[in-house]
Amino acid sequence: MSQAQVQNNEAWIELSAIVGPEHLRPATPEDAVEAVQPIGVIAPGTAQEVAQVLHYCNSAGLTIIPRGGGTQLGLGNRLSKADFVLSLERLDRVIEHAWGDMTVTVEAGCTIDKLQGVLREHGQQLGADPMQPERATVGGVLATAESGTLRIRYGAIRDLVLGVEMALPDGSVIKAGGKVVKNVAGYDLTKLAIGSLGTLGVITRAVFRLHPIPVATASYVATLPTAAEASKLVLAILDSHLVYTGLQIHARRADQVFVHVRFEGIPESLQDQYAKLGRIAGACKFVECAREVWSERQKLFVNPGSSVICKCCVLPSQIGSLCDALFRQAAPAEVAVTLVAQGTGLAEVRLDAAGRQPLMTVLHALRSEVDRLEGTMTVSQCPVAMKDELDVWGTVKDVLPLMQRIKQKFDPGQTLNPGRFVGGI
Amino acid sequence: MNARLVSEFRSIVGDAGLVSGPEQLRTYECDGLTLFRVVPDLVLLPATSQEVQAIVKVCHRERIPMVARGSGTGLSGGALPVKGGVVIGVSRMNRILEVDIPNARVVVEPGVTNSAITAAVSPHGYFYAPDPSSQVVCTVAGNVAENSGGAHCFKYGVTTTYILGLEVVLSDGSLLRLGGTSLDQPGYDLVGAFVGSEGTFGIITKITLRVIKKPETTQTLMAAFNSSSEAGAAVSAIIASGMFPAALEIMDRLALEAAEAAVHPNYPNCQALLLVELDGSTREVELLMEKVGPICQSCGAWELRLAKTEAERMAVWKGRKAAFAAVGRISPNYLVQDGVIPRTALPRVLGEIDRLSAEKSLRVANVFHAGDGNLHPLVLYDRRIAGQEERAMELAEDILRLCVEAGGSITGEHGIGEEKKQFMPVMFSAADLDAMQRLRSAFDPFDLCNPTKMFPGTDAKVQRPVAYEPHPIEIAGLAQRY
Repeated sequence: MSQAQVQNNEAWIELSAIVGPEHLRPATPEDAVEAVQPIGVIAPGTAQEVAQVLHYCNSAGLTIIPRGGGTQLGLGNRLSKADFVLSLERLDRVIEHAWGDMTVTVEAGCTIDKLQGVLREHGQQLGADPMQPERATVGGVLATAESGTLRIRYGAIRDLVLGVEMALPDGSVIKAGGKVVKNVAGYDLTKLAIGSLGTLGVITRAVFRLHPIPVATASYVATLPTAAEASKLVLAILDSHLVYTGLQIHARRADQVFVHVRFEGIPESLQDQYAKLGRIAGACKFVECAREVWSERQKLFVNPGSSVICKCCVLPSQIGSLCDALFRQAAPAEVAVTLVAQGTGLAEVRLDAAGRQPLMTVLHALRSEVDRLEGTMTVSQCPVAMKDELDVWGTVKDVLPLMQRIKQKFDPGQTLNPGRFVGGI
Repeated sequence: MNARLVSEFRSIVGDAGLVSGPEQLRTYECDGLTLFRVVPDLVLLPATSQEVQAIVKVCHRERIPMVARGSGTGLSGGALPVKGGVVIGVSRMNRILEVDIPNARVVVEPGVTNSAITAAVSPHGYFYAPDPSSQVVCTVAGNVAENSGGAHCFKYGVTTTYILGLEVVLSDGSLLRLGGTSLDQPGYDLVGAFVGSEGTFGIITKITLRVIKKPETTQTLMAAFNSSSEAGAAVSAIIASGMFPAALEIMDRLALEAAEAAVHPNYPNCQALLLVELDGSTREVELLMEKVGPICQSCGAWELRLAKTEAERMAVWKGRKAAFAAVGRISPNYLVQDGVIPRTALPRVLGEIDRLSAEKSLRVANVFHAGDGNLHPLVLYDRRIAGQEERAMELAEDILRLCVEAGGSITGEHGIGEEKKQFMPVMFSAADLDAMQRLRSAFDPFDLCNPTKMFPGTDAKVQRPVAYEPHPIEIAGLAQRY
């Protein structure tokens, strides 16, 4: 179809009537999602408009790809179809920072940096540090359940959300949860929405609980000769009374493994914590380091090229053996490895190699190691062509029919992100 | 229930797992909310996941409604039996299956009590954070079903934060493992959806949960005020100073009197008592606690007492946790409410509750988790006086509407159950409720698990009790009904 044909067709006319013609534009190659080229990019200005767009597309058999800052478009399997990208760029307001209640109501298209900037005015923060905060949006972070290094202290993003507003393919706008910290009225649809990768509805607004910004922060690093020793140290810290807000293993080589620890609080307490850390660490010395170490996760995703990045979820005590297995497999295959693992047992791994075959070999070996540990592994980023050979989510076994029933109840027409999520949802 | 079915159920659970005598069935006619009662047709007490599965398959085949029950301490009628249905009690499935200290994971059967988890990990310096007041008897499965809170959730969060995996039996008899032991399982957050579903999604047969390290130091300060509003202002000031206390609790005059009568916690004799608990590293707690006292005094506190030893702290909390039941000492009957408001609305809402209380000529005792705005007004009344119970219910309802108007919720931790289902439309639109029903039908398309609960317009055919007659052991003061 030529551009003129596209803009004269019925769908285009209907959609531009909903959002106004200035908020619907033809898609460019930059709007492609994993090599699937959409027709247009639509930017509704209200939750109701989002719902109307979904409803129209649902009834017309068109598909919608919700997009926030576009930082996680590589996540998921290849889309089976992509007609319109639904951009949340116009829903970018911080609606209400109820600082006395330590809550904030914010629209889904607001970036994390913008939100944190508003909260900072009253000495508060969202206790999460997702990647690329200057681009990542509230809605995108929720849809992908992206939690950063602060999770070990403040909980996952799901634990910080009090409520969401969501537009559904049937044209309704629903709210789940509320604005108060404790609320068990009705089902917890917020949990269902978080991490659902926009396959059930489009999150248009969220309410978060907040935390005070700590007075002081200090980060420390220790260097260990093996992953086993680093893992042992992490377990000792986990079993201690230390109040850390970050605990991370970082390795590019099997024989040089870094352990990062972050403390936050009042200055007197930080000194006290550091002294105690020294006693736990014994012979291996912790030295103060720059806070940039907490960006190591994000650095994995810089210039991905033909690399593969995956997220392995295992138990904290298994990180050492996962790390060992990884380096053991990677060396003979000539695959370069970078591992950033949180003390929670979430390990993110980047694999770089000259060709695709060595990457696949190491990836399969890693997956079987994770299976052996009864963990899970998701490929967060890889060359598009590789997605024809693997399911990035791994196999979701006996719960898949239940997940499919849920999808069927909320998006029976497969309007949202078709084929991108687990088991072809 | 016909004899053929009874014998089929008996073949699954054996004599020890079957309750069918009319007198014994009465034990299960209600939960902690005694206002509603339904005698079940049959109570089944399975001992294994397989027995649960076998029971559910029969119920599915015969379309018999099922109500899961833990210890029956719920306060919203979630475990109230359904007419013509069976109750599946999980009390015999009470083993702790696995304690993994390095990973801070515990795997339990559904009938394990909340306190038993902390008891199991306490020698290693860990604890299970959600702490509902009934924690000594309530089961973990009940906590999961209701997404229970407690006094420490301002800092530590509620049950859903701690549940990693569930083994459940859905209404068609399928046994599923939701979530797992590691975090972030791919796909929808089925565990997150299941927690708080009040028994309407299926029966829980196994739970994997997270425990956390006990803080190095915990200190609890009692501050005496001349009014709840002053105590409320102190709460806001403490939070505004950037502190993040483990608990902030307020009890008013009536609640204090009741607690004093029941467990003698030796609280200061005041109009409103604020408990501030700080935990964390010793150095930090000591330094911050030095600031809490002056903040309280600047808001009107005239006496401060610091509980430093574990024994002193336990006495303080014993009084607080006994407060609901203790109200029975100062009033023949009472209704417990569970509204939530944004914390900053506290002074206004408390003023309104006072006004409503005067209007209805009924006393209201207030106990609340002030940090998270969770109010527990206790409406005191005497059922023997004509019209009082109705007025008490009206007053409780007015308080709930007040909470919703203030931007809050009709329940912070007790659940909707039978009690508040007619209030759901006050908080949720038709579209919101429809979305919830879609989720329910994905889990339980036959509406067999705890039907008639949570949503309006479903008639449970409940019987309202006639005047309650206490059991002789209650009169003797050996047991309390709560």
